[in-house]
Amino acid sequence: MRRIPWALLVLLAALLVPAAGSRFYTFLANDVIIWALFATSLNLLVGYTGLVSFGHAAYFGIGAYTTGILMKKAALPFVLAFPAAGVLAGALALLFGTFCVRLTRIYFAMLTLAFAQIVWAICFKWNEVTGGEQGMPEVPYPDLAWMGSLPVLRDLRTSDHFYLLTVLLVALCLWILHRIVRSPFGRMLTTIRENAERAEFIGVHVRRYELAAFVLAGAFAGLAGGLFGIFNRGVFPDFAYWTKSSEVLIMTLLGGMGTFWGPSVGALALILLNQQIVSYTEYWPFVLGIILVVLLFGFPGGLAGAAELLGRRLWRPRRA
Amino acid sequence: MLEVRELTKAFDGFVAVSRVSFDVPKGGVSAIIGPNGAGKTTLFNLITGHLRADAGRVVLNGRDVTGVPPHELCRIGVGRSFQRTNIFAKLTVYENVQAAFLSHRGRGWNVFASVRDLYRDETMSLLESLGLATRAGEIAGFLSHGAQKQLELGLALALEPDILLLDEPTAGMSATETRETIRLIDRVARDRGLTLLFTEHDMEVVFSIAQKVTVLHQGRVIADGSPAQVRADAEVRRVYLGERH
Amino acid sequence: MFLFLIAAGLSLIFGVLRVLNFAHGTFYMLGAYTTYQLVQWLGVSGGRFWLTALGGALAIAALGGLVERFLFRRLYGKDELYQLLFTYALALILGDAAKMLWGTQQKSVSRPPELTSALHLFGATIPTYNLFIILLGPAIALAFWLVLQRTRVGRYIRAAALDRETLGALGTNVDALYTWVFVIASFLGGLGGALISPMRATTPGMDTEVIVEAFVVVVIGGLGSFWGTFLGALIYGQVLSFGILFFPRFSIFAVFALMAAVLIVRPWGLLGRPLR
Repeated sequence: MRRIPWALLVLLAALLVPAAGSRFYTFLANDVIIWALFATSLNLLVGYTGLVSFGHAAYFGIGAYTTGILMKKAALPFVLAFPAAGVLAGALALLFGTFCVRLTRIYFAMLTLAFAQIVWAICFKWNEVTGGEQGMPEVPYPDLAWMGSLPVLRDLRTSDHFYLLTVLLVALCLWILHRIVRSPFGRMLTTIRENAERAEFIGVHVRRYELAAFVLAGAFAGLAGGLFGIFNRGVFPDFAYWTKSSEVLIMTLLGGMGTFWGPSVGALALILLNQQIVSYTEYWPFVLGIILVVLLFGFPGGLAGAAELLGRRLWRPRRA
Repeated sequence: MLEVRELTKAFDGFVAVSRVSFDVPKGGVSAIIGPNGAGKTTLFNLITGHLRADAGRVVLNGRDVTGVPPHELCRIGVGRSFQRTNIFAKLTVYENVQAAFLSHRGRGWNVFASVRDLYRDETMSLLESLGLATRAGEIAGFLSHGAQKQLELGLALALEPDILLLDEPTAGMSATETRETIRLIDRVARDRGLTLLFTEHDMEVVFSIAQKVTVLHQGRVIADGSPAQVRADAEVRRVYLGERH
Repeated sequence: MFLFLIAAGLSLIFGVLRVLNFAHGTFYMLGAYTTYQLVQWLGVSGGRFWLTALGGALAIAALGGLVERFLFRRLYGKDELYQLLFTYALALILGDAAKMLWGTQQKSVSRPPELTSALHLFGATIPTYNLFIILLGPAIALAFWLVLQRTRVGRYIRAAALDRETLGALGTNVDALYTWVFVIASFLGGLGGALISPMRATTPGMDTEVIVEAFVVVVIGGLGSFWGTFLGALIYGQVLSFGILFFPRFSIFAVFALMAAVLIVRPWGLLGRPLR
């Protein structure tokens, strides 16, 4: 069961989506993949370190604005503007995180929310730089002409080219996050989640690790934001609003906080569900609420958790 | 090896520990006893930096370690176990002990290596010495109380401490489990040349292995000496006579 | 001052149940809508408005009680995060339910005939109803405070906020107490909505607007502290009006910056107590 390289297969499937020729499917897949990165970055904080943040959208928003502003106003190439999103978001996370990790639980959550709303308020009002309430429409695509020169990709549209670039970049980011999670550093984070007091007594400087997790999570959220701004053909203040934070938190929960791929599965599930439901009824929040309630009462481990339970019953359990 | 001087701590006016002073000789087994509420756990929390003392000092091998935070203290060689079992419940037994090794050997900030087989040998051999090797793959939270206490001990030992502080290591155990645990602790301490300081309120346990006993009552030291001296002390008898069940 | 009513309910639930109730803003909104509906059926003349306002608040109180008793209670053993997310889910469900029942257009409720006039003070025209509400706010606050201090229920609530385990051990039916807390808090939220309906338009989206404001108030004043919430509501109101008057671009920023500042310097708020 575990010999099958699922991740590789999914990557391959993702790369083949434009071949189906449907603009809609490519659009959907692009959406899912970016949100998968966003949700996985949050999971580093919530699922692995046990820190629940209500303001993760702040870094997503900063990333989007950074890339958008650099590419649109400063005409910088994508290859500089994209990493800048991660760097700036990470820097902001360092600043905010220093204050947040001093607090616990509900106070931590409230402060992350407060900082996120501050970011939103600045984006909303700073008309000169961020375009204020109107945001920044028409963020340019990166220069993808080199893709057009490759034989296989010649006939695809620019949006398809960008999609493929997104797939590769997100795959890279997820691979890095996966390495981090499976490293000794990642293990130390789980000890903090399990029992912060005990972790201290095995030599873990809890606050420093939490800050590191915060910064990494913020940086990757920023990268996701950078991609999203271009994908969305515009950057708007609501990228940093608290409802975005709750969306990504729900995705993480829906997919399952206890696993690495859970949030990605959650992103896929939520976006597809949204797509389907919205075509039948305008009461998507109602449906989402019901789904959440069912999840909370029945499947606290999320979809991935349920799948794992199922998998464990059908195949042999793994050994240490 | 460990000197405690005039340690004092009050919570909102309630004095939990009042001017406690005693010494823990190197290589020996020392015990702190006292009825429930005497302040033993608070004392441990003060020594290990988990709580900040209002007054007093803690000196380890001549070095002032008062108020040094726990994560630094265990690097200087102080290991600790807790009264209420304090392990990483959702990790496996193996992962619990391995985490302690990872942290202690300074690999905690490594983001590149794969963690699965790191320090496998050390972890397994420690588990074997505790009798937990066969249960390495089990989730720690599902272990029996006694096994969890052993795991606790393992977590402390993985840090290769010079001195081990055990807070009520036999709390909640049956008579048989208590005997076994005490035997285990004694053996482990002698094998590794550890200095041991533990708290208990079961006198039998204490007198069977401790070389030095300090008696705490309502936050103050009321007796301090060899087991025989303490047993004969009038005030100790008075305090415990009313507590005997 | 109506913000105080909502924030008070939020603070109460947090103080006793240790949960931040996202759905509280929705209860506020439903209070407004229910009052609107009752006014449609009964009209506002002859003191009926007060009846409908009370009716609206009671209906919401009942709703809160039912939700706690049959749904929320099941989550008590579980992680706080789950409880929080449940209240969020509730907010989503009830929020949309309001849309389903009353549509998306603004609804308005006429002021009670006793208070339709306006007063001319210091060159400004203030509707008497608004004045009345401004006075009513502290009156309700005082009444609520008296309930907390003087009645048995109030004492139990304060005890539960301090140490619920001991309270349970002493034989009190803590479960029933929790339900009552929810009922009272929902009543306050619903009342806030009911009383505000003649002053502002009732629309969907009221709930998300108000809940973040309530969070800010409660954080500034102190989660779980009664007078803290009062103080927090006052400060919030002042900062916002002051900000809008002199630094319109920074007013929203100022509010959240204040919230962050309080959390950084004194996380349990101006009048709150540190959580164990």
